[in-house]
Parts: sequence; C-alpha cells; structure tokens
Amino acid sequence: MKSRVEEKTMKKIYARPEALKDVTMHYCPGCGHSIVHKLMAQLIDEMGIKAETILVAPVGCSVLLYNYFNCDGSESAHGRAQAVSTGYKRAMPDKTVICYQGDGDLAAIGTAETIHAANRGENFTVVFINNAIYGMTGGQMAPTTLIGQKTKTSPFGREAETAGKPLRMCELLSGLDGPYYIERVSVHDAKHVIKAKKALKNALQYQRAGKGYTFIEVLSMCPTNWGMVSLQAAEWVKEHMVEYYPLGVYKDKGKEGKG
Amino acid sequence: MAEKILMRGNEALCEGAIIAGCRYYFGYPITPQNEVPAYMSRRMVEIGGCFLQAESEIASINMVWGASMAGKRAMTSSSSPGISLMQEGISYLAGAELPAVVVNMVRGGPGLGNIAPSQSDYFQATRGGGNGDYRTIVLAPATVQELTDIMLDAFDLADIYRTPVIVFGDGALGQMTEPLVLPSPSNRKLPEKDWVLDGADGREERTVKSLRLSPAPALEELNWKLQAKYREIERNEVRWDSYLMEDAELIIVSFGMASRVARASIDRAREQGLKVGLVRPITLWPFPYEILNELAGEKRVRHFLDVEMNLGQMIEDVRLAVCGKKDVSFYGRTAGMLPDEDELFDRIVEVTR
Repeated sequence: MKSRVEEKTMKKIYARPEALKDVTMHYCPGCGHSIVHKLMAQLIDEMGIKAETILVAPVGCSVLLYNYFNCDGSESAHGRAQAVSTGYKRAMPDKTVICYQGDGDLAAIGTAETIHAANRGENFTVVFINNAIYGMTGGQMAPTTLIGQKTKTSPFGREAETAGKPLRMCELLSGLDGPYYIERVSVHDAKHVIKAKKALKNALQYQRAGKGYTFIEVLSMCPTNWGMVSLQAAEWVKEHMVEYYPLGVYKDKGKEGKG
Repeated sequence: MAEKILMRGNEALCEGAIIAGCRYYFGYPITPQNEVPAYMSRRMVEIGGCFLQAESEIASINMVWGASMAGKRAMTSSSSPGISLMQEGISYLAGAELPAVVVNMVRGGPGLGNIAPSQSDYFQATRGGGNGDYRTIVLAPATVQELTDIMLDAFDLADIYRTPVIVFGDGALGQMTEPLVLPSPSNRKLPEKDWVLDGADGREERTVKSLRLSPAPALEELNWKLQAKYREIERNEVRWDSYLMEDAELIIVSFGMASRVARASIDRAREQGLKVGLVRPITLWPFPYEILNELAGEKRVRHFLDVEMNLGQMIEDVRLAVCGKKDVSFYGRTAGMLPDEDELFDRIVEVTR
C-alpha cells in the first residue's frame, strides 16, 4: 500500500516506450532482441519519429519485428532486407528506415545486398544483430559463429579449415567508401546497453540528416541455442565475442577531420 | 493526329511504362533485354524518376517490393535466367499482394541456354515459378505497338488486383524495330492504395507481409482470399485476338512472335483454299479457355494446332480447353530456332488432310 506522502513525491522514471506495443514478445528469456527493440522504441519516442519510421524485418528470429512496434513495417525475403530498404528509401527519402537483420540474413544469404547497399551509401540504418548462431531454425552455424563453437551443424566446433573464419562485418564494410557511420556495440550488460543506445541514436540522426548508410552491429545473446542460462550467455558475449569482435566506432564521417 | 515513330521493342516498352506513370526502375543487365536498363538509365534521369542498376536480379525484384510498398509504380525487366532468380521475389509479392510489373524478354533455355528468342518460360510464367499457391497475370504482346500499349494495362492490372504482372515477350520482340503510336495515359479508375507504408501518422500501423504463422488457419485464409482474386481476374481479364476465324475448320492457337509466323502460314493456306484461322491468347494467364472450349464444340471446327516457340507448353492449356472434343496437334521450334512459315504450312496441310 502506498502512503500519501509516497504518492505525492513519487515520479515516474521508467515506463514501456510508447512505440513498443503492449504485447508478449515471442523471444526466449535472455535473448538480446528484446533489449535492442526496447532501445529502438525509446529512441523513436525520444526523437519523435514514430510517424516517419518504417521497419524492415528480416527472416530469422526477428521476423515478427513489425508486430512489436506502433510503426509501419514490412517483411523481406531472407537476406533481401537491404534491397527492400533501398527501393523504399529511394521512393520515400523523407522516411526513416530501420533495416533490422540477423547474422544469417545479413552476412550469409544477404551478403551481396549488404555490401552493395553499403557501397552505394544508401541512406538508411542497418541494425545487425550478431549472436553467432541461427536462432529461428534451431541453432545452426552462422557466418559469425566463433572458431570452436559447437552448433547443430558444427557439432565438433567450427573449424577454420572447412568453414572459414567468422565474418567481421564492421571491418569488412569499413573498407568501403560508401558507409557514413559504422559501430559495433554489445548488449551483454547495462553499461554496454547504454552505449548501444547512443550508437543507434547517432545512426538515426545521421540518417535523418540525409548523411547516408549507417550500420550498427550489436553483439547479442542467444541462451537457448547456446545451451546456457541467461547470465552465462551474457558472460559468454563478454568473454568470447567481444574478443573476436572488438567494440567501437569503425567509421564516422561526421567526425572525420574534426580532431 | 498522333505521330507514328519507329522504335525498338525494348525501348518502346520503357516509354509505355513511363506513360503509365512508372518512375522506379530496378534492373540487372542480361541479353536480350539490355536496351531496357540502358534506355531507363537516361530517361529516368530526364523525367526525375529513379533508375538503379542492382547487384543482381534478386536485389532488383526486392527493390521493386520496396518502391511498391511505398505506393509507387515500379518495374524490373530481365530475360529467362534472370527471371528465374526473381521467382522468390515474385512469390513474395503475390503473397503480400503488392503490385509490380516484371518484363521477361524470353531467351533459349534451360540453364544459360542461349540469347536467342524463345517462349520456353510459359510454364514458369503461367504456373507461378516460385513457391506457393499463386498466379501472376501474364500478358503476351505480339508487336512493338502492342508491347508498348500493354505496359499501361500491366500497371493498371497490377494496381487493381494488387498482384505482380508479367509482360511476356521474347528476344525478337525486344530487338525488333517497328512503327508505333505512343499511347495516351489510360486514366482508368484505380482503387485507393490504403495499404501503403507511408508512416503511422494518426492512423493504425500497417504491415506488408506474406507471413501468416498464427492463428493456424491464417495462411489458408490468405490463400482463399488470393484464390477469390484469381477467380475474379479469370472472369474479368481474359484477353485474346483472332484472325480469319469465321469459317475456320482448323484453328491455330499461338501467341506472341510465334503467332506472327502463324498468320503468314494461314495466309498461304487460305490461298490454297484451306479454312484455317487463328486464336491468339494475349493473356497467357488468365488463359482464354472459354472461347477455345466453345470453338471445340462447334461442328465446323475439326482440329486445333498449337504453335509455340518451345516444344509444347501452352498446348497443355489448349488441351484443357478443348477437353477431348477435337484433336490437338503441335508444331514448335525452340531455343532460338524460329517457327518456319513453310514448315508450318506443311503441318497445316498435313493435319487438314
């Protein structure tokens, strides 16, 4: 029971973002998708861009992305989200497009679309969730699966000799002249979640200023398919993924030559 | 009044698309339709539209999806192997009920085949080459004039039925130069695009999707809705042309470029007193089953001869239409070997004997 004093002095300091629908998400406990969704929704609220935001969902665990936001959204065929975003943004340059993709979608089947949209400097924001595994299909090896990591299709651990080394997309894309802003962040703890939000905000601001291609890679947890409990999974990101996928800004044309 | 001009098929179709209001073209080079992207790359800049040379046909069709969900008239073009790559995208467009126009200047197959004119993608176009239970409207022009005009129809039909429309030509039609009069805008009354993604500003959010996971019957419901639409298209949009049909005892069924050879052979046969006529399907889907079925029931009609630039694909539809009432024969050449007027004449003589 609240006392009178409490009622008068208590201030609402946290609430579900308005851009996020009040529905149950299908994500597993400890999954990073819901964290990133929340950050996106908070930014949509804070920047007041709900009415201009268009979400492009991939094929993968986040295939139902559009069900969780009060924004317009589209499906895209597996790997084609950036082609869909390109076509849309060319037609509607004043809208803010968030192209949300997983590692299989973006770095395996959709590699060509990714590289070419980046190289053309298409003016939309890519949110790339890297959890080193195929989640939706039940835990197969992804292009970003770490060496030695066991998955359904690398039961003895990924070997570089037969599967190649995990793809580092930020490094690969920052070799192109097209992209305006590239950053890799993580959501394994609160500190990094705050950093991730900042990076997403930068990207959306650049897009709204018409600067061009912005790419945020988010290292994220998949406890279910990694066979871990949530805390273990967060720890695994910190200990293993961050080592192979260094966090930080890979390209920021907005800051080049300024210091 | 309207001026007659000379244009190559691949370029004329672009003008047709532009008159139809298409301002978004996405494509990837492939012979024999390279004049389309080349022409669009200049014209779209001139008229303030968007030309984008995509990294693949797969990207092209998905860029069309993106522009289409913005409510814009968008198209792509390609030739057979490139159209194969687009099948996934076409299936998705059908499932999401997005309008789009796809031009296929068919070349010889299977596989890389060759770059010569062919009609061997009939099955792919009319049966739905991608996954799922869907249809696409397929328009098959026979002249450069008709190709140009049909682009307007294609965009209108795509918008009216919210479905991908395939314009089915062949390498020869795309490459040949013929006189034409540029058409006027259709000014057809079109349904309002109340599904466009233009931002949830003071309205409920919208989604464009083919995915239906739950509840369990949701996907079947979508399929019944699509099927109802396809039945409506079958009722309203069958188009066909005929030539010397009034007293014909032998009916040639042929479309596109092949039908032009058929007309020449029919003229020769008529000189010999043979009563031969032509039915030319313009919509390959919906197919003109009804007229062929009626003709099959007429006493004077003795025989059907299906003529294609493949080794017998439309003949399956002709047989379905004729329904065993009369014999159906076939004459075709494929993989760039055009039907020959003399060979066809001999075949006509053979089946009328």
